[in-house]
Amino acid sequence: MLEIKNLHVSIEEKKIIKGLDLSINKGEVHALMGPNGSGKSTLSYVLSGKDKYEINDGTIDYNGKNLLELDVDERANEGLFLAFQYPMEIPGVQTSFFLKTAINSKRKYLGQSEMDALEFAKLMKSKAEELNISTEMLKRDLNVNYSGGEKKKQEILQMSMLSPKMAILDETDSGLDIDALRIVSEGVNKLRNSDNSFLVITHYQRLLNYIKPDFVHIIADGKIVKSGDYSLALELEEKGYEEISQTA
Amino acid sequence: MAATEQTIKQVNTLGSSDYKYGFSTEVDEIRPPKGLNEEIIKFISAQKDEPEWMLEWRLNAFKVFNKLPKPQWAKLNIPEIDYQDCYYYSIPKSLKDKPKSLDEIDPEILKTYEKLGIPLKEQKMLSGIAVDAVFDSVSVATTYKKQLSDLGIVFCSISEAVKTYPELVKKYLGSVIPVSDHSFAALNSAVFTDGSFIYIPEGVRCPVELSTYFRINAMNTGQFERTLIIADKDSYVSYLEGCTAPMRDENQLHAANVELVALDNAEIKYSTVQNWYPGDKEGKGGIYNFVTKRGACRGKNSKISWTQVETGSAITWKYPSCILQGDNSKGEFYSVAITNNMQQADTGTKMIHIGKNTSSKIISKGISAGKANNTYRGLVNILSKAKNARNFTQCDSLLIGNQCGAHTVPYIESSNSDSMVEHEATTSKINEDQLFYCQQRGLNSEDAVGLIVNGFCKEVLQHLPMEFAVEAQKLVAISLEGSVG
Ligand SMILES: Nc1ncnc2c1ncn2[C@@H]1O[C@H](COP(=O)(O)OP(=O)(O)OP(=O)(O)O)[C@@H](O)[C@H]1O
Ligand SMILES: [Mg+2]
Repeated sequence: MLEIKNLHVSIEEKKIIKGLDLSINKGEVHALMGPNGSGKSTLSYVLSGKDKYEINDGTIDYNGKNLLELDVDERANEGLFLAFQYPMEIPGVQTSFFLKTAINSKRKYLGQSEMDALEFAKLMKSKAEELNISTEMLKRDLNVNYSGGEKKKQEILQMSMLSPKMAILDETDSGLDIDALRIVSEGVNKLRNSDNSFLVITHYQRLLNYIKPDFVHIIADGKIVKSGDYSLALELEEKGYEEISQTA
Repeated sequence: MAATEQTIKQVNTLGSSDYKYGFSTEVDEIRPPKGLNEEIIKFISAQKDEPEWMLEWRLNAFKVFNKLPKPQWAKLNIPEIDYQDCYYYSIPKSLKDKPKSLDEIDPEILKTYEKLGIPLKEQKMLSGIAVDAVFDSVSVATTYKKQLSDLGIVFCSISEAVKTYPELVKKYLGSVIPVSDHSFAALNSAVFTDGSFIYIPEGVRCPVELSTYFRINAMNTGQFERTLIIADKDSYVSYLEGCTAPMRDENQLHAANVELVALDNAEIKYSTVQNWYPGDKEGKGGIYNFVTKRGACRGKNSKISWTQVETGSAITWKYPSCILQGDNSKGEFYSVAITNNMQQADTGTKMIHIGKNTSSKIISKGISAGKANNTYRGLVNILSKAKNARNFTQCDSLLIGNQCGAHTVPYIESSNSDSMVEHEATTSKINEDQLFYCQQRGLNSEDAVGLIVNGFCKEVLQHLPMEFAVEAQKLVAISLEGSVG
């Protein structure tokens, strides 16, 4: 699915990712943990194609394509989805309209006809219900005056409606209350299948109780310093980054 | 809505940012020589079989025009206009003797309107919208006439009104925009060619949208539109106009005067979607759109609401205004002005508060891209008698790229201590992170800009009649094509 080799990234001359390797296969869930400022969000932006990042070295292969050559929207329409750490507010654009536009952009890219209004309404309703998002909410402007947790849930709604192949969740758990955390995790688990993959960025092992990862990676100063299975998250919880990085 | 289909067609051919209404129609024209003089004015009047009083009115206006200085172009860069190098009248020969039925209209002209998405033939007419189509200097056809006249509503060309309803025309023409107001007002009064006339009788709510579609076809020809709308006591009308022109290298002049009169408890909603040819990327060609639009809320509790979406023209100079004479009358101005490439727009409104408890609301959204300049210029004037007057003004500007400009020039004059005036203004650049977010959801960069800008304009667009709102949204997106990436 995704194969990152020797990735070096800088922004405004500042080196942030310094030789990162990561390989994610179909059907796998990988967790990425690491201290503040270690480069997790940067990695998610580089994967989704945000500009201003300079790729100094390395390659990223996405389903046989050179990911770095694709535009942001091409990557998205090829099934790459980023649930933002800080989702954007778009004033004047109704959430449901945004969802419809996103779905139809993808369909257009894939050479399919637009989803008809009824089918869309049904899909949105069922997905919103699963995530305990009210229909009132969907009539409001996208993310405008949403609470922190509501924005995160909105990201997961978009994800489940677009059913991506490769989803990156950047600290989706931060800001969610206990119930929302469970609901969101269930949403993710429901989407999991043998064809798609997830990269879950988090600071808290608790999320990983709900979304069981196949692999856990620890990133520090722009490099993956340790990889393991779920037990690594537990070990980290006990020892902290400092000690783990040293034993790496 | 007609213009909707037209835009959908336009949207379907996305990918090239060319103006899609840029074709011209081959028709034989009646056209007197170039130049502005009394002879031309007499010619126009004679062509239209006008009564003597109308000709005198025109000739007087021409005298006034000659004495007036040109308006001061504050933020616009306008080349000297040579009035003698312009044709003032041009009508297709076939329309000379006003066709009695559509069968007598030159099929080429009917085809033009079909291409523009405005079928005039009965069986294809747009439902719920009565259309008056103006081709260069003359009204081609007005639809839905019979249904409207059963209600006593008059909807015809101004030329026809001069002959059929002379008392109404004499009473109201020039009563809102005096001939001597400024030189374009005087010029228009002298040489106006066609436009719409609407009278809504007392107590009547006009059941359909009334609409005029202006089309400039002939080369080197100015279009001098004159529109007069009168809403008698307790009446209501919603009117909308759309405009296009062929692509030509030289500039063409459109100098319109539009007057609205609302009597007691009457309401007029006037919407414009202006999409004249804007010129090419280097600023060659395009329409000079110099428009004077003014509404008088003469009666108590009357209301006039202007909504405009201005995306076309090389230069737009336009300040739809309200004179709030009647006590408790209301004026509203909702505006979206988009300038791209080399376009210039200087637009805004004047709200003149005269009566007690009058209120006005101004919402202006200016969007600039390319090397374009966009100015909001507004005046809120509260006279001493206007006890308890209220105004709220909000002007937001959005910049796309680094080479465009936005300017806000709000004047407030208040000679009344009971009145309350609120003004808010913002200027921002299009947010890169918002664009990235939309693109991450699969929208290409142009769709992302279109979506964000439409969100920015929402407060204005929602005031357009439904049929027009969808078209306007697409037009907003199209006019910004090529502005990013
Ligand atoms: N535009 C920028 N200019 C300069 N430095 C930047 C820029 N963007 C990010 N950085 C720096 O890059 C480093 C990595 O940031 P990043 O957001 O990837 O961290 P993170 O691992 O996601 O942290 P957190 O856990 O706090 O979300 C930080 O030191 C940050 O300050
Ligand atoms: Mg981060």
